[in-house]
Amino acid sequence: MATTLTDKPGRTATGHSGRRRRTTPRESKNWLGGTISWIWLAIVIVPIYWVVITSFKSQSTYYLSNPMAPPVEPTLDNYRLVIESDFPLYFINSLIVAIGSVVPAVLFSFMAAYAIVRASQNRFLRSVNWLFLMGLAIPLQATVIPIYLIIIRLHLYDSLLALILPSIAFAIPLSVLVLANFIRDVPKELFESMRLDGASEQTTLWRLAFPLTRPAVVTVSIYNALQIWNGFLLPVILTQSPDKRTLPLALWSFQGEYSVNVPAVLASVVLTTLPILILYVVGRRQLLSGLTAGFGK
Amino acid sequence: MVTVPPRGRPSAATRVRGSGALAWLAVPALLVFVGFGVIPLLGVLALSFTTWDGLSQDITFSGFTSWSAVLSDPGLPHALWVTFLIMALSWLVQTPASILIGVFLAGRQRYRTLLAVLYFIPLLLSSAAIAITYKALLDPNFGLGAGLGLDFLTQDWLGDGTLAMGVVIFIVSWQFIPFHSLLYQGGVRQIPRSMYEAAELDGAGRVRKFFSITLPQLKYTIITSSTLMVVGSLTLFDLIFVLTAGGPGDATRVLALDMYKRGYQANLMGPASAIAVILVLVGLALALFLRRLGGRDAGASQLEGA
Repeated sequence: MATTLTDKPGRTATGHSGRRRRTTPRESKNWLGGTISWIWLAIVIVPIYWVVITSFKSQSTYYLSNPMAPPVEPTLDNYRLVIESDFPLYFINSLIVAIGSVVPAVLFSFMAAYAIVRASQNRFLRSVNWLFLMGLAIPLQATVIPIYLIIIRLHLYDSLLALILPSIAFAIPLSVLVLANFIRDVPKELFESMRLDGASEQTTLWRLAFPLTRPAVVTVSIYNALQIWNGFLLPVILTQSPDKRTLPLALWSFQGEYSVNVPAVLASVVLTTLPILILYVVGRRQLLSGLTAGFGK
Repeated sequence: MVTVPPRGRPSAATRVRGSGALAWLAVPALLVFVGFGVIPLLGVLALSFTTWDGLSQDITFSGFTSWSAVLSDPGLPHALWVTFLIMALSWLVQTPASILIGVFLAGRQRYRTLLAVLYFIPLLLSSAAIAITYKALLDPNFGLGAGLGLDFLTQDWLGDGTLAMGVVIFIVSWQFIPFHSLLYQGGVRQIPRSMYEAAELDGAGRVRKFFSITLPQLKYTIITSSTLMVVGSLTLFDLIFVLTAGGPGDATRVLALDMYKRGYQANLMGPASAIAVILVLVGLALALFLRRLGGRDAGASQLEGA
């Protein structure tokens, strides 16, 4: 996929191969859908293209050159400035928060989803499930003020842990819903035979359910990681010192500081997006199914 | 679709033994969710009856002071109106476009995969990154319009209230049309081919098939997608915060931003909590309304299944 990502759209070669592969000759051309799709592609690509080329221009040539033309003398100065502005630290902060939230969130959600599916008659678990479903319908952002109060009272204000704890909570409802859907698809006979072999529920969970639903676990993890990586509201409310910034917050303050240096600001946009873009190139299918997880099922 | 088959039910004895042990598995998730989800939700209601500046230790009970302040403030109907406008207009832009693109992407031609790969890039970007990009791109002096010398692009996009609303709606669509197209693509692929074949035997054309088969069959996808759009625009914060900070004036001050500004800029946590309660109520009302509309959604089917 690495090559297709950099391919320019509209290449005739891909168009031809598309026509050749058409397996349903009865289908007439969908002109309207096609036109809108190509126009929308241009709308999507133009800003991204502009960001990338501008990030390689020097500040002085930026104001003079044609904005859509690639830089005549590409420079890495903007990237150097961004990296020297502590972005490696913010990157590590984001990484700690993302991993520190996603691993417990997915583990806890998996355990809960397993219990909810396996003991669907249990009254306690039914109420737990109901509670999580309510969590899906409520805009959790509305709870940030009490979260702020709780974090202050726990003496966690301005720490990365302050971001991790609510992030886990926010991730749980959807993760439980999606994982439970997948655990339900595991054939009942498999659980039954594990039980007859005398396996405990713990063993069944880790040896049977977890490996069988691994694609769903990966999908849910990626979805949550992306949400947390891009999160802005919790960092803005729960942290304060520059050395606790995560990337979106760092982007915002960098932009405030260097607002006249557009190429440098855009270089910071490219740099913070790069890790996710690499992830996208490597695991596109998982990522896309992750993004629609639970909604399409 | 996810009902538990009754035949798999274990015997009474094993059920009792099993459920007790199983219930423990849900405890860690439950604890975190109660601690940082349920308690804050109840807490926000409690805080709306108090006075607190967000900085000091003392939070004092003050009855309906915050509520009467919020409800008599003309800022509230304005924030509600702005939120509603963004919700309605972004729905109107996104839904038809997403359906058309989704239907197109559901085809089997090879180059559509390439299209899809490029399409979904906006989904990966943080709202902060998107807002910063568009802020630079739309700058009347140094942005794209000035650079290309195109007058219609050279406007004070974020300095005029109406234009700024338009920009917000455009960027929201830019960010989320790919996601909703993906939902519709999935929905279209689940429609049985036999339905189209039957329609073709009757001589139905493409447009006819779209309106008589595709659109009705997508009913639940439309409801799911609309629910996500509506709830999503209710909690639109990051993008507007970075792009306009609610401005110019209060032109793009949506409910979520209103909550933040009252709480963390005016240091009025009581009124901010009241706004948060309103946010929750509007969100719940919309979710219930949309569920009623469709008779079912992902959450409802889960409730039946569990």
